[in-house]
Amino acid sequence: MEHRSYTDNALSEWMKGHGPDSEIVISSRVRIARNLQTQPFPMLATNQQSEEVLNQITSALQNEELNTISNFDFIPLTELSELDKRVLVEKHLISPNLANESRNGAVILSENESVSIMVNEEDHLRIQCLCPGFQIKEAWDLASQIDDIFESQLEYAFDENRGYLTSCPTNVGTGIRASVMMHLPALVLTQQINRILSAITQVGLAVRGLYGEGSEALGNLFQISNQITLGQSEDEIIDNLYSVARQIIEHEKAAREKLLIESKPRIIDRVMRSYGILSHAGIMDSKEAAQRLSDVRLGIDLGIIHQVSTHIMNELMVMAQPGFLQKQSGEKLSAEDRDIRRAELIRERLSII
Amino acid sequence: MICQECGKRPATLHFTKIISGEKTEFHICEVCAREKGEMIPGTPNGFSIHNLLSGLLDFEPSAQSALGAKPQVTRCDNCGLTYTQFGKLGRFGCSECYKHFNARLDGLFRRVHGNTVHVGKIPKRSGGRIQDKREIENLKRELQNRIEQEEFESAAKIRDEIRELEKKLSGN
Repeated sequence: MEHRSYTDNALSEWMKGHGPDSEIVISSRVRIARNLQTQPFPMLATNQQSEEVLNQITSALQNEELNTISNFDFIPLTELSELDKRVLVEKHLISPNLANESRNGAVILSENESVSIMVNEEDHLRIQCLCPGFQIKEAWDLASQIDDIFESQLEYAFDENRGYLTSCPTNVGTGIRASVMMHLPALVLTQQINRILSAITQVGLAVRGLYGEGSEALGNLFQISNQITLGQSEDEIIDNLYSVARQIIEHEKAAREKLLIESKPRIIDRVMRSYGILSHAGIMDSKEAAQRLSDVRLGIDLGIIHQVSTHIMNELMVMAQPGFLQKQSGEKLSAEDRDIRRAELIRERLSII
Repeated sequence: MICQECGKRPATLHFTKIISGEKTEFHICEVCAREKGEMIPGTPNGFSIHNLLSGLLDFEPSAQSALGAKPQVTRCDNCGLTYTQFGKLGRFGCSECYKHFNARLDGLFRRVHGNTVHVGKIPKRSGGRIQDKREIENLKRELQNRIEQEEFESAAKIRDEIRELEKKLSGN
């Protein structure tokens, strides 16, 4: 089946590219929410209504202009096994909400997986564009271009005063959610992160991450996104996020330099220990894996580790997740089995060099 | 840190609950959190953004009705969603809900976004008129600037542009 490549490979093609500032910004993402004028939102739609939405969007897909962007594959959710859905969630190509709750849900994926269009999620249409590194403006331009193509075919729910009408009041207006995924180990190590994160929330942005103990995010990964969608233009929203993220990048760079000057032996020790453990451990839970991979990634960026590429780190970040581990081994695994399989997989990938 | 529920597994989820200034901390493992159901964001019984929104919606502008304001529409006659349901679900049922509940939405949007009016992108096919109106507003601001700076010649040009656009709008 066509969708096989999407669920077999951990790394999307777009992730293999090297974006600007990719030693700190892992990816940039823009998602826009749109609805059709005449149909109730997916939450209230009957089976027939959501099927009509699906049909309307499918026929809009035939637009030739869309083909100039990429070839797209249309995948109804019913064609996917539970595990395949989970893998697509882990690759950020679909939301857990679409995987678990949608009626007549579908995903439309571009060949390199940088564009993922969800149908009948919380809104009728959610266009998501992902770019490697710090390319939030590029991601918005692409999303807006695809939006224009759909809009030329579909009657969107739009109001002069409220803008694009969405199911949830938190998305109304522009319907845009822009985010950058940042790896900030030096700001965490130098304990500046709390101050910076609280400053971020003061300027209408939100920080998310899987939080571990204290303020430490799992694997030192932080996702920074806009909160406000009404009363600011898309360009203002993107510029605001861009300039805040730019400043964080500079702070992280400065903190890394400071670490290298003031505590080089400690940093080398930390990085090499994590590398040693990852390449030899027999059991590895997801939290430890995230932290150790973060250390090794920092080691690569600081030139302490040369034998592993960031590319492999990106791949492991996806592969070390439960859905992927189970997909790879072809069976449902208990938590302990997953920890064993995770350790094995990381050992294999790190010794490929 | 060990999970305070089972006392065996390490705690991986940490929550701080603050109610009326009283702070309570929870440290539990994923297994216990799943069993309790309520702790994991995104689970059917879990806490979600929509629960938070219904909290915001509780701020009913009841003062308005006390002052004898018009009774407000409580049901969307397109999809049938009531305002109370909207409050519970935190989500609209269809695009018409925005019209039916319009009078009550400014307060909510101000709380969520700090704003009530869209200033961003406009769909091209239906937005020509809106775009013209917005352009007129921009030009009027610009006109004001020019007048303040005593640049009367360019102000006159802008005034003509505004007239032209207004004529076009009324023609439609």
